[in-house]
Formats: sequence, structure tokens, C-alpha cells
Amino acid sequence: MSQTNRIKGGLINQNKTITFTFNGQILRGYEGDTLASALLANNKHLVGRSFKYHRPRGIVTVGSEEPNAIMEIGNGAYKEPNTRATVTQIYNGLEARSQNHRGPLGFDLMAITDFFSPMLSAGFYYKTFMWPKAFWEKVYEPAIRNSAGLGTLSTEPDPDTYDKGFRYCDILIIGAGASGLSAALTAASSGAKVILADEDFLMGGRLNSEKAKVDEIAGSKWAKNAVAKLGAMDNVTLMSDTTIFGVYDHGIYGALENRSSESRVDSNKPRQVNWRIYAKRSILCAGAIERSIAFGNNDRPGIMLAGAVRAYMNRFGVATGKKVTVYTNNNDGWQTAKDLRIKGVDVVAVIDSRSISRVMSIQGAEIFMGTDVVDTKGRRRLKSIQLSNGKTIDTDSLAVSGGWNPNLHLTCHHRGIPKWNEEIASFIPDRSTPPGMSVAGRAKGTMALSDAIQEGHDLGTSVAAELGYKAKNLKAASTPVVSYKIEAKWGVPSGKNRAWVDFQNDVTAKDVKLANQEGFKSVEHVKRYTTLGMATDQGKTANVLGIGIMAENMDQTMEETGTTIFRPPYSPVAVGAFAGRRRGMEFYPTRYTPSHKWSEEQGAVFVEVGMWYRSQWFPQPGETHWRQSVDREVIQTRSSVGICDVTTLGKIDIKGSDVSEFLNKVYVNAFAKLPVGKTRYGLMLREDGMAMDDGTTARLAEDHFVMTTTTANAVSVYRHLQFCHQVLWPDLDVHMISVTEQYAQYAVAGPNSRKLLEKIVDPEHDISNEAFPFMGAGAITVCDGIPARLFRISFSGELAYEIAVPTRYGDSLMRAMMEAGKEFDVVPYGTEALGVMRIEKGHAAGPELNGQTSAYDLGMGGMVSGKKDFIGYKLGLREELQRNDRMQMVGFKPVNKDDLVEKGHSMAGAHLLNLRDEPTTENDQGWISSSIYSPMLGCYIGLGFIKDGLNRKGEFVRAVDLVRNSDIEVEICSPHFYDPEGGRLRD
Amino acid sequence: MIINHPLLGPRDSEEFVYLGSTDLINRPTNWEEEASAEDFYQYQYIRENIAGDHQELWYHEQGDQSWLVVTRNTLTHEITNVELAQDVSRAMGRGK
Repeated sequence: MSQTNRIKGGLINQNKTITFTFNGQILRGYEGDTLASALLANNKHLVGRSFKYHRPRGIVTVGSEEPNAIMEIGNGAYKEPNTRATVTQIYNGLEARSQNHRGPLGFDLMAITDFFSPMLSAGFYYKTFMWPKAFWEKVYEPAIRNSAGLGTLSTEPDPDTYDKGFRYCDILIIGAGASGLSAALTAASSGAKVILADEDFLMGGRLNSEKAKVDEIAGSKWAKNAVAKLGAMDNVTLMSDTTIFGVYDHGIYGALENRSSESRVDSNKPRQVNWRIYAKRSILCAGAIERSIAFGNNDRPGIMLAGAVRAYMNRFGVATGKKVTVYTNNNDGWQTAKDLRIKGVDVVAVIDSRSISRVMSIQGAEIFMGTDVVDTKGRRRLKSIQLSNGKTIDTDSLAVSGGWNPNLHLTCHHRGIPKWNEEIASFIPDRSTPPGMSVAGRAKGTMALSDAIQEGHDLGTSVAAELGYKAKNLKAASTPVVSYKIEAKWGVPSGKNRAWVDFQNDVTAKDVKLANQEGFKSVEHVKRYTTLGMATDQGKTANVLGIGIMAENMDQTMEETGTTIFRPPYSPVAVGAFAGRRRGMEFYPTRYTPSHKWSEEQGAVFVEVGMWYRSQWFPQPGETHWRQSVDREVIQTRSSVGICDVTTLGKIDIKGSDVSEFLNKVYVNAFAKLPVGKTRYGLMLREDGMAMDDGTTARLAEDHFVMTTTTANAVSVYRHLQFCHQVLWPDLDVHMISVTEQYAQYAVAGPNSRKLLEKIVDPEHDISNEAFPFMGAGAITVCDGIPARLFRISFSGELAYEIAVPTRYGDSLMRAMMEAGKEFDVVPYGTEALGVMRIEKGHAAGPELNGQTSAYDLGMGGMVSGKKDFIGYKLGLREELQRNDRMQMVGFKPVNKDDLVEKGHSMAGAHLLNLRDEPTTENDQGWISSSIYSPMLGCYIGLGFIKDGLNRKGEFVRAVDLVRNSDIEVEICSPHFYDPEGGRLRD
Repeated sequence: MIINHPLLGPRDSEEFVYLGSTDLINRPTNWEEEASAEDFYQYQYIRENIAGDHQELWYHEQGDQSWLVVTRNTLTHEITNVELAQDVSRAMGRGK
């Protein structure tokens, strides 16, 4: 099919044809076309159906403010809904589909909704679907969702790549139209580092769409020259196809660069780049956005904004119709009629709502002053319009201009409130723009091109001067002076016909009126009640018009009515662009311990702990269930020896003459007298008295300590210690550094652990029970001189050690120990076996240190020193925290040992109840926090919290698990299930 | 936001962790007195909800691990002063 609406000229390459499809139909356009311009060239005005009423809708604008022409682009996983045709550059093979219709676009089965429209006014959903309540989820919501809406998601993972980037500049210029380019030219001449960004893929702004001459040449040509000149300068970065979507604190700007054309060729390249631009100053030259007028049936395909009609003709070489009419309330609308005539397009009438003398004569056109359009005809395409004087005019394209609104969105991102300007009948930025931002040109309300150029030119110089740069003495570009005159026109009385305000969300002037009548006075309330301005276009063309109608309804000024709050993003940003490369495994860093490869070779099953990958268990041939592996690892460790990788524990190296005093302040128990060569268990509280973390600290020398923390709290404990030192006790001689990554550490546990270690520890180090007793610590060497640290500490309750070597030796140490342990049948054990053994020994861990438990609750009240101040001491003494009926940690074992064994699940999460109580919240006595099957005891056991637990040992209660449907009788017991006297670890 | 670190110059606030008001510097020292429970309670829980210049503690976790006292306007986010917390703490009379 030929491009019937194409005319000569424009800034497109008419020698290069591009083929694309729209709803399956093959169409052609030219290089430089947007999807919208190419569709119009093919006389496709009807491009979608409206959100609520399924009204046929056409292209309205020429930019990112487009409310109607939103499409699904691409196929399969690449499908992207709600894409604005007006900003999508066409390419060979592009597949576009219209949205929100059932059946073909031209005959939408859901269009019947339109006939029920009297029922569907503002607040309809709130009022109608109230009853019966049960119908909401099952009937109403699915039906509404099905009929209303936008495009559909592919539901597949986004196959495109996104990236993030950072750029720095002295001056960021937003918008590369006449003012932006003028500002860039002077600012860049000063030597300041300048970034010039524009959302269009072709820089030049409205100069590309107008016939105005600049410096005696076509405006578009002048823009092209200016861009070329700037592009050749080292201190200038040009960013076309880049939208500044948000203004954040301290000169940080969010910028979204579209690089689709590059990513289509190479899928490893990002489709979009989310830039963070750090700018000392910015100059906003974002131009203005045209608005419509609310007259009857003003939403038919073929009715467009006047500036857009002009742009399609001048920039894209497309006539929007054969018989065009113009309806305006300002002088700029006449420019459309004039430009159309120059190109030889028939203009049948110009209708101006103002009762003034005609602005210019338009050849062949009837002129109606003081007249309005009140109705239109044509279901799928405009056929005629009816005027307030009763006259009907046949037309296939109506260009409407209700005036231009300065595009001040970004000036309000720091809660700036625009002020009303009567002269241009629109809102302009007030002085509360974000710090560092200045505004020039139409964005500021300077409507005449000549003034806008001068303003940009001057700002480029003065903003550079603020930063100490001196601009060259350039001359601002010259252009004929054209004045802009307007008389505000919002709604036209349209009888029964609906007059649309917000096209995308189907909000009419009547809806706004109804909301006002029902008592919604605040612009924010009206917005939410009617959904005016809440669609993906955020009401860029609709909001000021809506505010105008509200002001008239309520007989108040525009200033009194005010605008809604502007928030980032300026236009939609894909979630993928915020994620960037951080998807899947790259969402956060992956941490492997030095012997990870060895574990992989053993077929270990890994579990993520924090960001670490830890071996959970090591399945052996023939083992079909994880419990088999874990039970074996526990039994073998307790009967001979096992090795567990504990590298992930936090390790903090602390030096200084005041370290023991410092430790006294952060641990509940005394550390001042810890001798050199000894390790001590320590419990840390938060200032509110709740347990924060626990671990061991060893004294390697008089002024040298090494602390371990839990894996999960390694970072926060280190932060806390730095706080205690720098903020609370700045003069303590304490220096610390995290060495978590610098040491590989292994627990070697079991009756044969010493024998195993003796085979690798160099002979000059005596690690016998006498020379290296329980809780001993010291620097040693292993395997012929490799430096190591040995700690005789035990989490498993066995004779056990932890041995640390510099990270680079971790893998070889693991292999050496496994080799040395062969004769003892050494077993590697994972975090599950580790957990089993710690529960058998009654050690609290993550589930017990949940931020709600005090030292007393954990049964460690006896450790708490009363002779010193430490973090959490005073508040831990609060009466409420000392009450006996608080939940206290104790052990639980089933009365019937076989309970749960068949079901195969633990007691974890079960709630505790007195024997004859119903399972209700009021009767809740506590809960089981950790539970496992103990291969040593031959039954499930658990740690948990129960009211007054420490005094209730021997009592029987119920452990009820309503999720897994179990209810068993358990005995409250000591948490020390295995070897309660601790003889094994001292051998 | 950008925090102008006294030693390292301007850094993006993403590198920092926020804690709260500098009230947290004034940890009571009278723990041995019975009545100090109230002081510790005030220290731990009671804060002014300031609309304006707020002195607050930030930690340069992904940097040099220093604690900073940042004076930030809670209405505008303007940062007018940044000091090392250690210096502030000493100036307030804290030592060992």
C-alpha cells in the first residue's frame, strides 16, 4: 500500500524505505519516521481503543506526551506493551499492534461499553461494585480487568539487556531546542563541561517542526549546524534519545538513554542505559506541550493538536488529511493553517474562539471568529464538525490548539509549585526550582522564539560564569519576532455530547463536574476520584485543561485550584532500566569460600547464607535423602572426626592498648582479664538490652585480639564496633579491621581431631591437652611453615578446634586435612550437621537471636556482669525484661520418641500450649525456634521459648503445628541435650 | 544525595549507611546511679522530630569506614556541614 498522505520534503530520508507491520498489515515508511508519522503517512488515524469506553482513538501528538497511540511492539518475550508510537523510531521488521480491543481494531466487540457510558461516570466502580462483597474478587474484578486496560505483558523474562552509567558535568542542558542549543553554544564556549540531552532522536526541538528561519536559514538547518559544532567540542557530550526523567538531590539527574537500534543488532548491548548524571548546574529548556479544548466528541481519530499536525507536515512530510480544519484560541494555531497552505494542503476553515479580528488570511479557508466547535461526526475517522453557529463543515482532519503549557515538570521535582500566568494562560515555574536549576525559553513561559533564543544564550553565559568560566562573546541567533496571544478556553458547552479531558483514562468534562458536585474540591482528590492524569502519560496534555474546568466549575482562580504534585519519572521507565545488570545471579555479589571448588568436587549441596555459598551436606553414593547424609556426618564427627568450613564467620582483627577495656564495653561478660593465649565466648547486646550477636574473641598478644561474629551479622557487628569506638569512646587506643576475607577457617571436631591436627601442625608446636587446653588460642605453623591460628573452641560439643590460614592456603589446607584424616575416617560436614550438633548442645543461633530476646531469655543471665557498664546493661535491667513470665529459652523433647519420625518433619515453628488448652492466640505459651532430628538421641528435639521456661523444666506441654497438622506432647527440659556436663570438649 | 566527606571529598550517599540523630553520641555515663535508667531511656528512645537542620550520623561503609556527623535540612535535604564523628565526640567531651 502506498503512503497516500506523504508529501514532499521533511527531515526524513525519502530514498530509504523501511518496512514494518501494524496489526499484521505490511506498511512502508522512511528512515527518520516515527511509528506515528509512518502510520499517518499510510492514512492510519485509528490506532487504538480507549481505556474505559473502547472508543476509537487516533494519534493526537507528536511527542512523549501522547495519550492515545500506545502500542504493543515486538513479539514473544520481546513484546513491550504501552509503547508510544510518537517516540518509536521505525525499523525494518518492526511489529506493532494496537491495544485494548477484542476482535479487529475497526470492530471492537467491547465497544458496546460506550453505549453504557451514562452509567460509567466518575466513581462508578466505587459506587457500583459494592455488593455483594464476595463478588468483588471472583466476578467484578476479573470482568473489569478484562474489559479495561492497556497492553498485555509477555509474562516471559525480559530478554533485553539494560545498563547503568554515571556521568559528570558542570552544566547539564535539558532539551536541545532553540533555547537549549543557544545555551549550549555559550556555555560550551566557556570551556565548562557540558552535557546536552534531548528525548528526541533528532536534536533541534520544535525547530525541526517549524518553518521559522534562524540566522536567515531554516531553523532545522541551524539546529543541525549547532549540533555539529557542539559535537566537535571536547568539553561537550551530546545525548540524543535521552530523557531526563528525574531531578534528585544535590544535582543528581536520572537520564534514560534509548539504544534500541544498537541492541537489535547485538543483543549483548543494552537496549536502554539508565544514567546518573552529576551536574553542578542545569538549564532546563524543555519547551512546551500543547493542550486541547474540551468540546463534544473531541476524541475522534483525525482530531489532533495543531502543533502536531504542523510537525507531521514540516518534519515528516505527512499531511494529516485532505480537508483540514483548525480550531484555536491563540495565534499559534493559525501558523498550522498557514504552513498547510504553503505545502498546498486544503484548509477548509479556521475557527477561533476569540472575538477578535482575524489573525491572518488563509487562502481558501472560511474564517469563523468568536466561534467554537461543539460536536463532531465520524466513528472511526473524523467526517465533519459542527460549530456553535450551527454550521457543519466536512473535514477529515481537525487541528486543535488550546494553548501551550510550559513543560515545567522537572522544575517541580523538589516540591516546587508552579504559578499561574494570565498572559500566556498557563502555569509557569516559580522561583522554587531545584537548587542549581535555571529555566529558559518556552519551559519558562517565554513563548516568542526570538526571546527564547536570547534567554538560552544569556543563561549559558551566566551559569558558566557562576562556576568561574567565561563564555566567548557570541551573538545570539536572530529570528523574526512572532507574538503569541491567547485567551484561555477550557470547556465548550456540548449538551449531551461528552467532551474529553484525559484521553488515555477516558475522563470527560462531565466527570470532573460530577466530582466537584460530589464535594471533591482539592485537585488531588479530583485526580484520584476521576483518575484524571493518572494514566501512563500522567496527563501531560490533560492536566491544565482539567484544572481549567475545575476552576470554572468552582468559580475560583487557576492559582487557587493549583496543580497536582509532580513526581519522577517524567515519562515511563522500564523496571529493567532500574535493575540494570543486577538480575538473577547478578542481583547481588556471590561469595565463595577458598575451598568451594573442593566442596564442589565432593558433590556438596550448597545453601546461600548471607551472600555466601556454604556446603549444606555432602551426599555419598547410595544416600537418597538428605537426612541420611546429615545423620552420618553427625555420627562420624561425634565418633571420630569431622571438618566444617567456617570461613564465612565474621572475623575482626583488633589491636591497641585499650582493647580489653573496649571489649568490656561491648560484651555482657568480662574481658578485661582474658589472658594471652586464651579465647572467650562473648554475648553482645543492643543498647535496648536485646541480644545482638555472639561469638568468640581470642587474645593473641597483650595488645592483639581477634574476634569472630556470626556469618549473618559480620557487617553490622563491625559497623557497631566502629560506632562504639569512633562515636562513644574516641580516645580508646583501639584499631580494627575486618579480616573475614583474609582468612580461611575450618572447624575440626571430634575425639580424633587432635590426632588429625598433630599430623599437619609443625612439630615445634605442642597442641597436647596440657600445652593447648580448652579455650586455648595461638599462632602456629602448619605443613612446613604456613602461618596459621589455632583456637580450641567447640560449637559441636566435641573436642574441637578452629584453624585459620591466610585465604590463599584454604583450599590446600582442606585437602591436606582430608588426606591426614583418612586413617580416622574423617568426614566433611555441612551446615545441617553443624546445626544438628549445636541444637544437641543447646547453643543459641539465628532463630534464637531474633532481636526480641535478652541475655536472660536466652538462659545467659548468669554471664551478665553487674560490675561494669556495657552496651545494653542499663536498659537490660528494665523491669519488663526481668519478668519471669517472659518467654525463656529451654529445650523440648517429645514424650513419645517416635513422634514425627514417620511424618518426617521437625517441631520448628510449632506453638506451645498447656495440655488441655485450645490452640488459640490467647492460650499461646511460646514457640519452637529450632528443631532437628537428633541421631544421638534418636528422636526430634527442639529449642524454643516458653513463658517462665527456666522454672518449668519437667513439665509437659503440647507442640501444635497447624500448618503441618501435628499436635504432640513434649517435655520442657534443659537445652543441653547431649553431654550436658561438657566433658567431651575438655578431653 | 552527595555527602562532602571531610577527608575524601564529595561521595554519593549510596556509599553510606544512615543511623540517626547525633543524640546517640551523648551516651550517659552515670550507669552506677539508680536514677540513670531514665537517662538511658531518654538516650535510646526519645528524639526531636526536627523540621530543619538535623545533625545526624552516617557511616561510610563502602569507603573509609568513618562515622560522620552530617548537618542536613530535613525539608530540603541541603547538607551544610560534614565532620568526622570522632572529632565531634571529642569536642563534646567524650574520651575513654
